[in-house]
Amino acid sequence: MPDSPAPTWPEPVDSDVDLHDPAQRGELRRAPRAVLAAVSAGGALGALARYAATVARPHDAGGFPWATFAVNVSGCLLIGVLMVLVTEVWTAHELVRPFLGTGVLGGYTTFSTYTVDVQRLVTAGSAGTALLYLAGTLAAALVAVSAGLGLTRAAARRPRVGVR
Amino acid sequence: MTVVLVALGAAVGAPLRYLVDRAVQAGHDSVFPWGTFVVNVVGSLMLGVLAGGSAAHGVPGSATALLGTGFCGALTTYSTFGYETVRLLEERAGLYALLNVVAGVAAGLGAASLGVAVASAIWG
Repeated sequence: MPDSPAPTWPEPVDSDVDLHDPAQRGELRRAPRAVLAAVSAGGALGALARYAATVARPHDAGGFPWATFAVNVSGCLLIGVLMVLVTEVWTAHELVRPFLGTGVLGGYTTFSTYTVDVQRLVTAGSAGTALLYLAGTLAAALVAVSAGLGLTRAAARRPRVGVR
Repeated sequence: MTVVLVALGAAVGAPLRYLVDRAVQAGHDSVFPWGTFVVNVVGSLMLGVLAGGSAAHGVPGSATALLGTGFCGALTTYSTFGYETVRLLEERAGLYALLNVVAGVAAGLGAASLGVAVASAIWG
């Protein structure tokens, strides 16, 4: 199973960087400064958007962390859309995935705030909210990635009227 | 000021995730996304220490913005974690997908709790 010769879809398994893809394996050697600068700049922008969301919708000690929930789920939807676009639809510039995927969406979404918020909710005595947040984020995130992938693939395959 | 610290931390955290992911993948060929697993667990541990330290008034708000919201936030990722899980399912590697979710969440929560415990040992 692990190294099946014919994958079902052309997208890589790791959206940040997947060394199974020869182009991605060589990108850091070809343009080290440009790739790292793109990831860095994208990461800063994504993190600022996440910070803005948490400032706009703060939550108290035992409350459901809505802002981080919304950030992580929307980021998952967008990574699904992006990976189909850069793999199947466009012949994307080499820096588009590092900037938008690894950088912006990677910096926008966060796993550490998710785990620490679950831990805090448990400590604050809101075990029920902690469990709901834990499972709810996970379920919504996986549905969002699937929807992003599925809808974008469907849109990309739709016959274009009048275009030859 | 906080905005600048968040951006600076993330500007280092995001490329570090990229480099760690590459290094881990280069170390051994596996379908299981170990690179993302590593950054998410390390970032959870570090944010746990910062959050615990902040609650005990041992870590200033500027450090939390730079190292927590910025660096740890960008070092870790939910989009890649979710994407990998769905892609593993699509490629009929359901066991790896399940393992990614269970091990990722369990190790991340364990690391966050350990971080908070370390912080209370230091600043408690």
